[in-house]
Amino acid sequence: MCLAVPGRVESVEESQGLRLARVDFGGVRKQICLETLPDAAPGDWVLVHAGFALQKLDEGAAANALEIFESVDSGESGG
Amino acid sequence: MSLVDAFRDPVAVRELAAAVRARATRPWTLMEVCGGQTHTILESGLDQLLGERVSLLHGPGCPVCVTPLATLDRALALAARPEVVLCSFGDMLRVPGSRGDLLTARARGADVRVVYSPLDAARLAEREPGRRVVFLAVGFETTAPAVAAAARWARTRGLANFHLLVSHVRVPPALEAVLAAPGCRVQAFLAAGHVCTVMGTAEYEPLVRRHRIPIVVTGFEPLDILEGVARAVAQLERGESRVEIQYRRAVRREGNPAARALVHEVFESADRPWRGIGVLPDGGLRLRPAYADLDAERAFPDLTAPAAEEPLACRAADVLRGALRPPACPEFGRTCTPEHPLGAPMVSAEGACAAYFSYRPAAPLEEHA
Amino acid sequence: MSLPYDPERLANPSCPLPEEPDRVTLAHGAGAGASARLFEQLLWPRFENAALAARHDGACLELGAERLALTTDTFVVSPLAFPGGDIGSLAVHGTLNDLAMCGARPLALSCALVLEEGLPFETLERVLDSLAGAARRAGVPVVTGDTKVVERGKGDGLFVNTTGVGRIPAGRELAPRRVRPGDAVLVSGSLGAHGAAVLSAREGLGFESEITSDSAPLTDLVETLLEAVPETRCLRDPTRGGLGAVLHEIAAAAGAELELEEERLPVSGPVRAACELLGLDPLFLACEGRCVAFVPAAASDRALAALRGHPLGGDAVCIGTVNPGRARVVVHTALGARRLLPLPAGEPLPRIC
Repeated sequence: MCLAVPGRVESVEESQGLRLARVDFGGVRKQICLETLPDAAPGDWVLVHAGFALQKLDEGAAANALEIFESVDSGESGG
Repeated sequence: MSLVDAFRDPVAVRELAAAVRARATRPWTLMEVCGGQTHTILESGLDQLLGERVSLLHGPGCPVCVTPLATLDRALALAARPEVVLCSFGDMLRVPGSRGDLLTARARGADVRVVYSPLDAARLAEREPGRRVVFLAVGFETTAPAVAAAARWARTRGLANFHLLVSHVRVPPALEAVLAAPGCRVQAFLAAGHVCTVMGTAEYEPLVRRHRIPIVVTGFEPLDILEGVARAVAQLERGESRVEIQYRRAVRREGNPAARALVHEVFESADRPWRGIGVLPDGGLRLRPAYADLDAERAFPDLTAPAAEEPLACRAADVLRGALRPPACPEFGRTCTPEHPLGAPMVSAEGACAAYFSYRPAAPLEEHA
Repeated sequence: MSLPYDPERLANPSCPLPEEPDRVTLAHGAGAGASARLFEQLLWPRFENAALAARHDGACLELGAERLALTTDTFVVSPLAFPGGDIGSLAVHGTLNDLAMCGARPLALSCALVLEEGLPFETLERVLDSLAGAARRAGVPVVTGDTKVVERGKGDGLFVNTTGVGRIPAGRELAPRRVRPGDAVLVSGSLGAHGAAVLSAREGLGFESEITSDSAPLTDLVETLLEAVPETRCLRDPTRGGLGAVLHEIAAAAGAELELEEERLPVSGPVRAACELLGLDPLFLACEGRCVAFVPAAASDRALAALRGHPLGGDAVCIGTVNPGRARVVVHTALGARRLLPLPAGEPLPRIC
């Protein structure tokens, strides 16, 4: 469910009472609405669903998945 | 696209799968909630990499599958009216109502249009003041903010010809229903990553406390799902039960406050029937009184839809609860296929039945005990 | 035709839901499952003959000592113009390509137009310029035609039908039934560009990109391939329904399993991005300037070299093999699993789920 794809905000504008962004999805650009994520700014990576930005993506959050078993044993939590 | 490809890396997936197999010392049954996760699992064959002890049940997280028959029938009745433009996400076009689907309605002359965004439907209403535009608003909490934003914009533009046929659903009541069903074997959930991107994780904490089961908020790429499984297995092996976030790049505990505020302004919780499961208390959203004039059911009060009846043979309820694997259904692949679906889990791209039909060459007939 | 499910059961009138459609839907034109059933149930029983039985892109007819290929195609694309072409050039390339898939050298084309009342002359002239230009560049004359006008509201502006006739050199026998287990499956270039280009121009789903249609005449590319590899078994151009639909047809006609290597399927970055955004599968998006070739395994390298040496075949790649066994299409995924490639019921629809 919920197909959401990452894209990079190229520019932001206000038009017809809506905060909008031009987002690049890797060679494909589309106008996306930022009413759901008003503080998104050019350069941000955002997750897009049904023409709206849902969240800023934390590019640094990809850690080595194999560390899961070690990290849990050492008491660190991901939540 | 590096942000996606990294999470499909076959080497990392195989290594992590091996680690999961080694770590599980007892049988564990997990349920992935979201249809998109089911789709990835079956398409990539991830369930075949988990070994003998870890098994996955498929959950009810397919908003298309759980849209009530009555809602579909109302959409069809609206579409049949010459003054109405019925706008919908593409997912809904082939879902069977009592008599045909929206695609066949279009063949009969109904003005049915696919939109990518609910805002496109609202903009259409502004461009065509002589028509009444109705948007079929389905989806989980992931989609509700987009619909809420479109509703608010239509209000500020003073559009009197834009309406919503609302059928939004909420995930937490569905998880309660799965856990409450007799014979439930679910020991941990992989929660829906994009729903939690919006909603955050706070509403899962009471569930974890009450039922003492791990809930790992998981993404949709193969490595995400495997990592979600690994985290859930690690908790189970250690006898822990807490809410954990695997999908760290998108999910924060507080979710997206701006999106939630939009939803809160336009919608409120309501009891809602889930097709195949029944009425779930607080299981959906409805328009608040301040937005009632956008409600298609109020704007078209003389809407008559035929008495909705599900085909007796369709066992969507059991499939959505994880109690029946689709290939074990007697109708699977015989009277029920994507071209002639008996129920929604076969027609939706994310439905468990469609996923099995599409991807498993010859799944053995097994009743999930 | 061996399909993953039994068509007889699907037409079973005792099935409670849903109603069997009593009229044509868009799904019937999408080149996939419903189209196949329309052919099998309505057309084939009325027209049974040997040429049609080959179920190939064009009909191969004996004319004394010679063999002729005859093919026809109707073009209904909307919008009429898209990045990289329009309905005019598409109509020429499409029919020339069907002739090429039979191994035929084109002789002539006909062109029939159905015009909607109110179509601006400016639009019509642009399309005709494009059509005439494409035919001229290919060196194939348009020798006859027809024009009809329909009332406003009864057409998408303009429909074009082209019919082509060509001559098949002696000794050339390209047909799905010649495909054998062990054969290699090649494709001449990247997938889905035409389908993505048309979508990008469609109102509501529109997006900006550098994607342009791959619409092109393949006559010369095919001659190059057949000269280097005369033992080529079968050629097919994946149009509506994309590579996926074509592979299903060939698997059924050849009675063999086709196995694709997921990692080798050529899709450009922008086309992949467009598909991710709209929830579509590039394997089922149309191509209009690509060719799938089935060749004996031993000839695979020679075939790829020939294709890659041609301007239209630079990205040619081997994408899979023919296996013995049930007629179906399977994918060997990047993760090492094997799964079926499903055949969609109808046109690909953008989705949010």
